[in-house]
This record gives sequence, structure tokens and C-alpha cells, in this order.
Amino acid sequence: MAKDFKRPDGRGVEDIRPMKAEVGVVPNADGSAMFSFGNTIAIAAVYGPKKMHPQHQQDPKKGTLRCNYNMISFSVTDRIRPGPSRRSTEISKITEWALEPVLMIKNYQNMVIDVHINIIQADASTRCAGINAAALALAHAGIPMRDIVSSVSIGKLDKQLVVDVDKDEEDWEEGEGATDIPITMTSSERLTHIQLDGKISNDELKQVLELAKKATKKVYEVQKKALKESLEVKE
Amino acid sequence: METPNSTGDRIAQYLKDGKRFDGRKPGEFREIFVETGVSKKAEGSARVRIGKTEVIVGVKMDVGAPYPDSPNKGNLMVTSELLPLSSSRFESGPPKFPAIELGRLVDRGIRESKFVDFKKLCIKEGEKVWTVFVDIYTINHDGNLLDAAAIGALVALKTAKIPKYDGETGKVIYGEYGDEMMPVSKEIPIVTTVHRIGDSILVDPTLEEEDISEARVTIGGSCEGKVFSMQKGDSGDLSIEEMHKILELSENVRKEVFSKIDKFFK
Amino acid sequence: MEEKTKRTVVIPGEVLAKGEDYLPGEGTEKIGKEIIAIKYGLSEEANKLVKVIPLSGVYQPRKGNIIIGKVENITFYGWAIDIDSAEGAFLPLQEIPGYVDKDGLREIFDIGEMVVAKILDVNGRGIDLTTKSRGLGRIDEGLIVKVNSSKVPRIIGKEGSMISLIKEGSGCEVTVGQNGLIWIKGDKVEDELLAKGAINFITEKSFSSGLTGEVEEWFKKEKGGNK
Repeated sequence: MAKDFKRPDGRGVEDIRPMKAEVGVVPNADGSAMFSFGNTIAIAAVYGPKKMHPQHQQDPKKGTLRCNYNMISFSVTDRIRPGPSRRSTEISKITEWALEPVLMIKNYQNMVIDVHINIIQADASTRCAGINAAALALAHAGIPMRDIVSSVSIGKLDKQLVVDVDKDEEDWEEGEGATDIPITMTSSERLTHIQLDGKISNDELKQVLELAKKATKKVYEVQKKALKESLEVKE
Repeated sequence: METPNSTGDRIAQYLKDGKRFDGRKPGEFREIFVETGVSKKAEGSARVRIGKTEVIVGVKMDVGAPYPDSPNKGNLMVTSELLPLSSSRFESGPPKFPAIELGRLVDRGIRESKFVDFKKLCIKEGEKVWTVFVDIYTINHDGNLLDAAAIGALVALKTAKIPKYDGETGKVIYGEYGDEMMPVSKEIPIVTTVHRIGDSILVDPTLEEEDISEARVTIGGSCEGKVFSMQKGDSGDLSIEEMHKILELSENVRKEVFSKIDKFFK
Repeated sequence: MEEKTKRTVVIPGEVLAKGEDYLPGEGTEKIGKEIIAIKYGLSEEANKLVKVIPLSGVYQPRKGNIIIGKVENITFYGWAIDIDSAEGAFLPLQEIPGYVDKDGLREIFDIGEMVVAKILDVNGRGIDLTTKSRGLGRIDEGLIVKVNSSKVPRIIGKEGSMISLIKEGSGCEVTVGQNGLIWIKGDKVEDELLAKGAINFITEKSFSSGLTGEVEEWFKKEKGGNK
């Protein structure tokens, strides 16, 4: 059962890889942060709020969040040709949707907040690391928000549910194979993002949500610490 | 916001006395920090900081056909991206001239110096050779991205391991390495850029200084005084005397830069 | 008597106070009985008013603020000024002291020049500026330093104590824009760099008390070594 299940790197089924977070990693940006799950490393930088260009994309009713997610060429084993891909375009949009529910940008009419996310090293759960770094960078930039969002992937390897999927687990082939479920929640347990690839039952999905509640809280603690311990506020 | 004219005037004024805002002399570099292992998925990688400027460079390798005019040599491809993450001055989209120029200047520095022995990267003449990809990404722009990128490329190449190659399937086995390192020569090319502001010649400009630079010369050369590559940029002109000063300063500065990275070449 | 609680670093979403009689100040929101932080910064409570002082972020323009900006564009009606905030600012012809020839705008302020101005109004159209008071107008020469606007209160200090210290210590005229741009003008470039150094010293220091004393020490050290 759960206790006997052997994850490729020896982790317990509910163990998240060691996480690291730091803000202020890009001095030029209005806000910036890095976030990592084990070997998956993401950095994010926020520029804004500022006037939206091109003008035809301006929204006169509220501010616009514009996310741009990209993996650098040498973040993965098979070099990625520089330039946007359909996958990175989709993840950019997903990231916007994961962050928007907590942002309070109604008063920034005709303005844009640009969030640039780059994956430096990839070992699965890259979009989750990206969302975590972006949330930190937005807070660091002083953007008004109701809460921080925290993201983690829940997986099902054959029949076993696990927390924080790495690359070896993403490629799991035994039995029912791998089901990958990245999830983002606020600290008050509101869901802002969920995706699923694989094969799973509704009952198992309810368990997934419970695991996600616990896991995103652990991510939240790491994010909170990074903001509080930022150099700028050392007493 | 671009550097205000009044600040630019002050920078030029100060330079006339041979001084700079951060206390450096015109021929001095800011603090250089270099580390490898930026990404475990790269064959080699380096992070370079010069003052607050930060750049990361990665080396990836793949096997393919050689170019028709060099059937027994591996290939080199250097690309550079000025990430919008690194400065409000950079936009998303296909690379514009500054990114292209940066990639080409670093490429020239490596290629013309024959630092990498491309003949040793030939697997089967006329059919299969290694292609070396050097990819440069800017992380924070506070001037002198070019020299930072060149140092990064140098160290990433020097520390790069060649992946295993299965001759039967013709496939590269990424993630598995033997003892083979990138074949490099003992003559190490250091690329540095010298700028002219008014009548002053200086190296390693901050962003403010770079904004008022009138002309620049990027020179790749060895610490033993050989020059492998050179290119003058920007629309100002240079006197012959200034060129002499530039060549001399460049030679001195190369030694200083190399002393900061010599631990990777021991 | 004002009671102030010790300032702590808070992040968006944190509950700062619980109770009917607490009031939500800047950087906070009241949800039910709780005051929640909606910005990253230092929380402060005085007389039941809870607020969060931001540590970062883009400048929020306010009526009456003195700012320093760069001329971006010249139109028939005045000058468009970049003040490094989300919204652009405009200095209309009518808000310049004295008579201005409609064709002579470029001679007064040309594109790329820096100006000190006051914010007359912040409204739906944008930010309206004026240079009609003393001390406002074109910046002819000197150093412009940029700091995050959240550090400006620190640089000015209680009742201007810190800015006076910087002026005396460096011998320079220093004009602080609330938007984080600071104009330093001295007789010698060394004096200007001294003022710049003091400003960098202050922005790097945390929100510690006794900073005035530390800055005095800093000036003594810097000037002592430069003889």
C-alpha cells in the first residue's frame, strides 16, 4: 500500500522535493523571485503597472495581467529551439488565470502588469514552479493582492497518489501509467488552477484535492518565509 | 527611463579627471563572479555577474551532418536572447539587432580563436559531426552584457562534457557522459569591449555609462597579446591614437579578466 | 497619545487584526471582522487604524507631491512628462510661470530634459503638473539618482531631518521627488557623489531606528578618508 510504494528518488508519497525561494533576484525588475522544487528552477520578474502597449490591447475597465512563460534552451536534455511554442503560450495563459483571482487590479485601467517567467532547469512541475515564482514576484512588486497563490503537482503513478511529480514519475509507464495534475490554491483553500492528463476516478480526484490542500500549504510557508526574510527588511 | 542628459554630462565630466561614479578607474572592471552548473541538463553552463549585470550561458550538443565546406569539422551555433525579464528596455518577440549582434560577437570570439578544436568533433567525415550550441540569456542588464556573455561562453565551453553517442542507432545518449570534455586549445580567448566617451577610453561601462558611449571596439584576444577578432560598433568615430590606446587597454584588461576565471582553466 | 505597535513584515492575505472597531487603512482591506493585508510591506497600527506601508512597488502619484520627470513629448498644449509611474503626466502651457509663445515650447523644455514639477491633480485623464511655484522648473545640471519611491520618506526623514543632514554633509542642493528621482547639485562632482553615496547608504539600510546617527557616522568616515 502507500507505505510500501517506492518512488524513484526514495521520497514518501506525500513528500515534496526540497523547495527554495528567494525574492529580488533581478535588481532591474519592479519585483522578482526564484522558486525551485528539487531540480526544477523557475525565475520570475514583474514590470508594472505601466501603460499598456500596443494601445489596442488596453482595457478601459481594468488592469491587465500579461504572463510570458518560457523554458530556456538548456533547461532540458533535448535542447529547445529558442522562441515561443504552443505549449509555452498555453502555460502563459494558464499562469495568468492562476494568478488573476487574487490580484486587485481593477483600478489600473489601460495599464498592464508584465510577468516574465523563465525555467532555468526542468525536472517536471515547471508550470507550478513558475506560478509560485510569479506569485512571489507580484507581491514583491507591491501589486495589491488578496492572497498569495501556491502551486504543486499531484500525480497518480499506476494506482498510487503522490505529491510533487518529478520527471521520472511523469514518465511512469507501469500499470495505468502516470496521471499528472498541477493545482494552484490560495492560502484560504480556493482553487485558481487545475489541469489533468491521464486516467483517474472522481473518488480519487477528491483525494487529490485533499492532498493538494495540504501540499499547497507547505509551499505557502516557503513563499511566506522568502518574502519575510528578504534582505531589505533585516532588522 | 534612459539616463538623463544631466547625469550623462556629469559622467563625461568626471571621466575627464579619470574618475567614475563608483570609484573605479577607466581601465577597471567591476567585481566579476562566475559559477558553473546553472542547469544540470546542459552539457556545460555558466552564470556570470559583472557588478549587477548577470548573464547565463549554456552549451548543448547534438549530432548531425557537417557543413559542405567543412566535412571533417564540428559546427558552432551561438544564439543570444535579451530576455524581457532582465530589463524594461527589452521586449518579447524575435531577436532584434542588439541580440543578434551579441550572439555574433561572442561567436566570432570563439570561432576565430580556434579555442574549440572542431576537427576533434568529427565522428564520421562528411556524414556525422557534433554541433555545439552556445545559448546566452540575460538575467539583469546593468551594462556590458557582451563581455559577461563572452566570459560565460568561455567557461561553459571549457567545462562542457561530451555526451555518449551510440554509433549504431546514430542517437545521442543525453545525460550520460564518459570522460570526454570539450576539446579546447591552451590559447584562451578573452573578449572585452572598450568604449569611448568624449575623449576618455574605458572598459566595463555601467548602464548609465553605456547610454552615453559614443563608440566601442570589441576585441577577442589571448593573454599573450594575440588578437583573434575585432569589431567597432556604434556611430562615433575614433582617431588612430585612440585606437592605439584601445588596443593597449584591451590587452591589459584581458589579463585582469582571465585572473578572475583562471580557476576553471587549471 | 498615539500608540504604535511594533512594525512587522506582512504579506498579502495575512490577518493583521480582528475586531469590530479596527479600521482598514492604506494597503489593507476589511473582510467581516478581520483586517487583511493586501500589500507586501510593514504593518502598523495606531488608534485602531491598521495600515501596511509598502516596501516596494511603482510610485502612486498624489496631489501636491513634488516630482522629477523627463520630457517625453511636446504637443500644442504642453509637455508630456515621464515620471516613472503607471500613469503618464502632463504639464500644460498654462501652468508655466510667465508668458509662453505657442511656438516656443521647445526652448522652455526640450525632449529629454528633466524637470521638477508639482502634481496639481490626479484624475481620470491622467496626472496634471505645474511648475508655477518656487524651486520648480528645468534641471540644468547635476546628478539624478533613482530610488524606489517607498524609500523617499526615509530619505527625507522626520520633519526633513535626514535630507538636511545629507545637504549639510555634502554641501549640495538636493531636491527629492516623491516619485523616487532625486536631483543633486553641488560645486564639485566629488560633493555630488558624496550625496549620492549617502542616499545609497540609506536605501540599503533596513527600517532600523537610529539611522540618522548611522548616516552622521557615514559622512564622518567618508569625508575623513578623502583628504
